[in-house]
Amino acid sequence: MIDVSLRLAWRNLWRYKRRTWLTVGAMIFSNALLVFSVSLQFGSYDMMINNTLQVFTGHIQVQHDGYQQDPKMRRVVPDIVAMADGLRSALGSNEVAARGAGFALVSSTDRSYGLQILGVEPGFESNVSTIPGLVKQGRYLNNDSYDEIVIGSVLARNLKVALGDEITFLGSGRDDSFAAGVAKIVGIFETGSADIDRNMAQVSLAYFQDSFAMEGSGHSIVLRAENIEGVPALRTRAKDQVAGNDKLVVLDWETLQPGLKQAIQADMTSAWFMYSVLIVLVAFSVLNTQLMSVLERTREFGTMMALGLKPSRLARLVMTETAMMAGLGLAIGVLTGFIITYYLSVVGFSYPGMEEMAARFNLPDRMYPSVSMLSLVLGPGIVALGCLLAAVYPALRLYVLLPIEAMRAV
Amino acid sequence: MSSGIFNLPFKATLTLSWRNLWRNHRRTAIMLAAISVGVWAMIFMTAIMRGMVGDMLSEGIRNLPGHIQIHQQGFADDPSIVNSLPSPGAELLSALDDPDTEAWSGRIKVPAVISSERDTRGVTLLGVDPVSEDAVTGIAGQVVEGRFLDTVDDKGVVIGLKLAERLETRLGKRIVIMTQDSENNIADRGFRIVGLYKAKLEAMEEKNVYAARGTLQGLLNIGDRITEIAIIDTDMNDIDPLYSKIKAATPEGLEVRPWYEIDVYLSTMLATMDGFVLVWIIIVFLALSFGLVNTLLMAVFERTREIGLIQALGMRPSMIIYQIVLESVLLLVIGLGVGNALAVITILPLESGLDISAVAEGLAMFGAGAVLYPTLLLDDVILANVVVILLGTLTSILPAWRAARLNPVQAINST
Repeated sequence: MIDVSLRLAWRNLWRYKRRTWLTVGAMIFSNALLVFSVSLQFGSYDMMINNTLQVFTGHIQVQHDGYQQDPKMRRVVPDIVAMADGLRSALGSNEVAARGAGFALVSSTDRSYGLQILGVEPGFESNVSTIPGLVKQGRYLNNDSYDEIVIGSVLARNLKVALGDEITFLGSGRDDSFAAGVAKIVGIFETGSADIDRNMAQVSLAYFQDSFAMEGSGHSIVLRAENIEGVPALRTRAKDQVAGNDKLVVLDWETLQPGLKQAIQADMTSAWFMYSVLIVLVAFSVLNTQLMSVLERTREFGTMMALGLKPSRLARLVMTETAMMAGLGLAIGVLTGFIITYYLSVVGFSYPGMEEMAARFNLPDRMYPSVSMLSLVLGPGIVALGCLLAAVYPALRLYVLLPIEAMRAV
Repeated sequence: MSSGIFNLPFKATLTLSWRNLWRNHRRTAIMLAAISVGVWAMIFMTAIMRGMVGDMLSEGIRNLPGHIQIHQQGFADDPSIVNSLPSPGAELLSALDDPDTEAWSGRIKVPAVISSERDTRGVTLLGVDPVSEDAVTGIAGQVVEGRFLDTVDDKGVVIGLKLAERLETRLGKRIVIMTQDSENNIADRGFRIVGLYKAKLEAMEEKNVYAARGTLQGLLNIGDRITEIAIIDTDMNDIDPLYSKIKAATPEGLEVRPWYEIDVYLSTMLATMDGFVLVWIIIVFLALSFGLVNTLLMAVFERTREIGLIQALGMRPSMIIYQIVLESVLLLVIGLGVGNALAVITILPLESGLDISAVAEGLAMFGAGAVLYPTLLLDDVILANVVVILLGTLTSILPAWRAARLNPVQAINST
């Protein structure tokens, strides 16, 4: 019985080949487009998140409550080195590093600029940040570093200094005391982001603590998870570790970089608006086709009902036809989309102006969409669902069909 | 017979097409709905994007500021007071006094450190002439507490609300500003906060501190020198005439740059936008076109007999094509009408601003503010309409041509 229904639906579909193909064509077009743009979207979001977080922020930070909203010197994590050690052994991960941050006026013989001075653990910083690896001249700090400093390339240019030069810094310490020091430049890093390269200098945490009267404290412990999906679990474990101190909070990247998450949300919203339009248009196309195919079969359906077929059976027939059409559109659309996207994910692509825009979001100047199971089925799945929904109205019309009148219809 | 009744006047053909269109009113209504939704989406989305880019652009120009800037060569690499330039001389002044110039301002822009009793921050210190600065950036209108600077020798400073919050200070309090003078010595001075301003982008509020130009020139010990001249053109889309005039009048050793060279991100964004609008319109049209062809093919198909009959009676194939294309044009025109009307109805109420502050910090990454002002551009509306009517008509030629190619005898005999 099932078999007959299926065969019937399949044959009905091909009564008007051209019409069916045009409707399926609309689905293929939309599906291929959706596969491509969803893959592109997901790929660039991942890249945006990773590229932004890996430079400096990390996935998770332990801070004093309120430090994120308003980073004051006095909002400290006490005894930070011991705590970072504790986290490392408890979490079994080396991707944990303590930092302190202070503001200072940094001067060379020629120039002065106000900027952020960061105290880091030289041995661990490279596990949570890419900056140590981006030292282009000289070397990064090491465990013996005391009054040594590493600065960004733009800052070096602005201060008119080179490796080996000494720079002085002036700021205020944790207790509002005067913080000052003279440090020798041992390395110059270049991240490519003018903002970071201009506004950051790093010294060892011990030196920072002494200069800024930190008394063993710091401002944040940065953690990296293996990947973005592992963040919530790591956060829970880290939370358990610092539970003893109720002044401390464990923040994930969404809180640390609210702009990142929101930029993605904004982009996602506009993208889904566009996708919805495509999906609605395809649904209209299906609605039209199926309504026509029901209307032109009025006589035939009337006869079938007179022979004893229930309207529900006929409605199921119409839905089956639609499902077959949607299935066809899905299969060919996904395949086409996959081929195009996969090709572009290997060779990459760019369009004029992309380089400048990509740089703003820490993206490379060539895009490589990433094909995943989700990006393959998400869009096309919704298209298929939309098509089935669109066929409900034509199918429901069968319930109001009166056999005798229908049989007389032309 | 051949030239008689079937060489119909336009009005009759129109009536015929119109009636044919409504023979199957359900189908036509669905197709109309699809076209309307498509056209609406084309225009609506474009207006939203235009609004966002427009906002980024106006914020960008406000922050640069100006459409054209003059600096000492090397200032971009070394933004220090050492790279100052003299106040404009007679030649440059006369070039600036141009009908194309809407406003211009000579300003000082140097990095500085600001300290309250509670905290210290790095900022950009701006020394401005209150009147011309307001003409260029509209800063006076952004002051929400207290006042903007009065004169070029005002002793107060105006800072952003966010910065005041960070420094735990408020209106009327004193702060200390430290910067470097022309001899590389640290120059510092206490200022009273006379005004607080609110900017669209919080980052700006935290960064820019306004002091009077004369007061800073004294502090920095630079006489009447400045670090930049910012010029606003009456028409930002056509700044090249003014740009070349100013460039010609600017003394050797100074650098004149238009905004699109200074902020490449902004200008690329603007340029990419036009491409994006076109791509979007065409994609929506393509999604529509399948349905359009389908509808027309069905209309032709169910009329096979009729078409065969009128062909047998002597209607020329060209007339059949004409009639079916006209039918499709009618459909498109109504769809466009409804779509345009929908777009206008939905966009106009939003033009006063769409609050999307839920993603404010994300938009700040793009360089846009938290309130979106959709902008309906006539050019975009025309583009959408032209694409739909032109490509739509083109698409309908296929089914029309098929109808015209029917063999009359076979067509009459078909069911």
